[in-house]
Amino acid sequence: MNTSPAKKLEISDEVAIEISNMNKWYGDFHVLRDINLTVYKGERIVICGPSGSGKSTMIRCINRLEEHQAGKIIVDGVELTEDVKKIEGIRKEVGMVFQHFNLFPHLTVLQNCTLAPIWVKHMPKAEAEDIAMHYLEKVKIPEQANKYPGQLSGGQQQRVAIARSLCMAPKIMLFDEPTSALDPEMIKEVLDVMVDLAETGMTMLVVTHEMGFARKVANRVIFMDAGQIVEQNEPEEFFTNPKSDRTKLFLSQILH
Amino acid sequence: MTRKSHETSFFRTEMLPPKPPPPATTGVLGWMRKHLFSDWLNTILTFIGIYIIWLIVSSFVQFALIDAVWSGADRKACLPHDGIEVGACWAFVHAKFNQFMYGFYPRALQWRVNLTYIVGILLLVPMLIPKLPYKRLNGILLLVVFPIFAYLMLYGAPSLGLDKVETTKWGGLLLTLVIAITGIVTSLPLGVLLALGRQSKMPIVRLVSVIFIEFWRGVPLITVLFMSSVMLPLFLPEGVTLDKVVRPLVGVALFSAAYMAEVVRGGLQAIPKGQYEGAMALGLSYWQMMRFIILPQALKLVIPGIVNTFIGLFKDTSLVSIIGLMDLLGIVQSSLADAKWATPTTAPTAYLFLAMIYWTFCFSMSRYSIFMENLLHTGHKR
Repeated sequence: MNTSPAKKLEISDEVAIEISNMNKWYGDFHVLRDINLTVYKGERIVICGPSGSGKSTMIRCINRLEEHQAGKIIVDGVELTEDVKKIEGIRKEVGMVFQHFNLFPHLTVLQNCTLAPIWVKHMPKAEAEDIAMHYLEKVKIPEQANKYPGQLSGGQQQRVAIARSLCMAPKIMLFDEPTSALDPEMIKEVLDVMVDLAETGMTMLVVTHEMGFARKVANRVIFMDAGQIVEQNEPEEFFTNPKSDRTKLFLSQILH
Repeated sequence: MTRKSHETSFFRTEMLPPKPPPPATTGVLGWMRKHLFSDWLNTILTFIGIYIIWLIVSSFVQFALIDAVWSGADRKACLPHDGIEVGACWAFVHAKFNQFMYGFYPRALQWRVNLTYIVGILLLVPMLIPKLPYKRLNGILLLVVFPIFAYLMLYGAPSLGLDKVETTKWGGLLLTLVIAITGIVTSLPLGVLLALGRQSKMPIVRLVSVIFIEFWRGVPLITVLFMSSVMLPLFLPEGVTLDKVVRPLVGVALFSAAYMAEVVRGGLQAIPKGQYEGAMALGLSYWQMMRFIILPQALKLVIPGIVNTFIGLFKDTSLVSIIGLMDLLGIVQSSLADAKWATPTTAPTAYLFLAMIYWTFCFSMSRYSIFMENLLHTGHKR
């Protein structure tokens, strides 16, 4: 795959997320060990690794869906603590897309997109709907606005989920295996939307095994194993010349 | 294997267009042939079934309609005469009808009860029809303004020129409805709060909810009612009296709130973790998440359980007759002691009438809940 224009996007030297010496345990099990990661505004980072390596847990710590027990996480200049108001403030700025979409089945697509802007950002309904339609057009499903999520295909649902997050005008987007629950034919439509999003300069952290996407969009690839960051590099270098044996083994298994 | 290549290799040149499904039934006769007379055993069972239904229905119709006495001034009308047995004594129900409906509420003031009913129905019906607008205003009128109005109308307010009617005079269907509706209206929100409390991360809130729920669920309703009428006054400071109707009313409401809490908790547990995470990731606060995302789905899931509790509550109000309140059951039973109407069929008629009233209310609730379930169904029907 060739280098696409997305790669040449500018990355600012402003820090978006700063994770330092972050540790997390599930009971006695040490899931995340001394994670250090600085994400700059406009960066597109792909995180890969075997299952159970802690990649999802790590990005879920960034919007505090998971709590970390040691170390620091600073998102957009605000440190994540127990403070509920701060957590809600950070979640306003950080969008998240899940493996299983997590759309609200009792609300229409449009209502899914307008709920948070109306109630969290106190936006007038008409304005929220305009914005929602704008993003539904961006993800190429404006015609489904009045349907319920249960009436859409998986790929369509995931695109709605992306639009729903974007309606909050987040500064950072987290993707937790966004294509893992989709049929092969639908993966592409979702990845296309994500590529478009990357081209707008959005700061993105993407947990995925779509290595084509990583090559095309990412400016950095992180490989995790056993709760640690094992290797990180620019995609070309990462794929063609991995340094650690663990990375080499992983790549040889997923790239056939 | 020469056939193999023939069978495994296939390709389609044209895609098939969708076709309508085959007709599901072939009319009433087809349905009957298929379900009732498919073979000789089924045919025999069908005839036996029809015979049993005939026995029950015909004797019921004979008693309730054909042999029934529709009018009369006293027991003479309903006594067997000329050696012929008499059926239901509707004349008795007719004579006592006012008492069954209002208890000992003064006749001259019964218009106040009727007005309360009319206002209540006028507010409730548009609330129950989903298509009609102004639900918020309607809800406020129904849940905030109407209770005050009903209190003033039923209990009276001398300052407004409405004579006081002590609750001891309330009775019959009026009292049953007052207890049941108050219980229904308070038990749902209270149950929701208790269910949320039981799942709370705050230990004190959780403990209080668990203790409350387990206490009320662990005690029979009759015990609660006896305690409220006999024991509670002993614990109240001197001079403080709680109304004789209010006491069991609170008991019934708290009792059903505990059941409601467990029903709602069942619904909360059925909501996938992803729904909470989706809501939280958007920055919704705990109460916003519960109000817009979790509770609408959880309550929809447990509509059958909620209505079950409502129906149970409605029927359980009849237990207040044991502590001497003249609710519908209480007043019907006490009217049976009237020597003027002592006939062999008075009691069966009265209980039949009672059953019909309870059934009408409970069945309406049941049908409405099914309607709501279908209405709230999104996504594909299975």
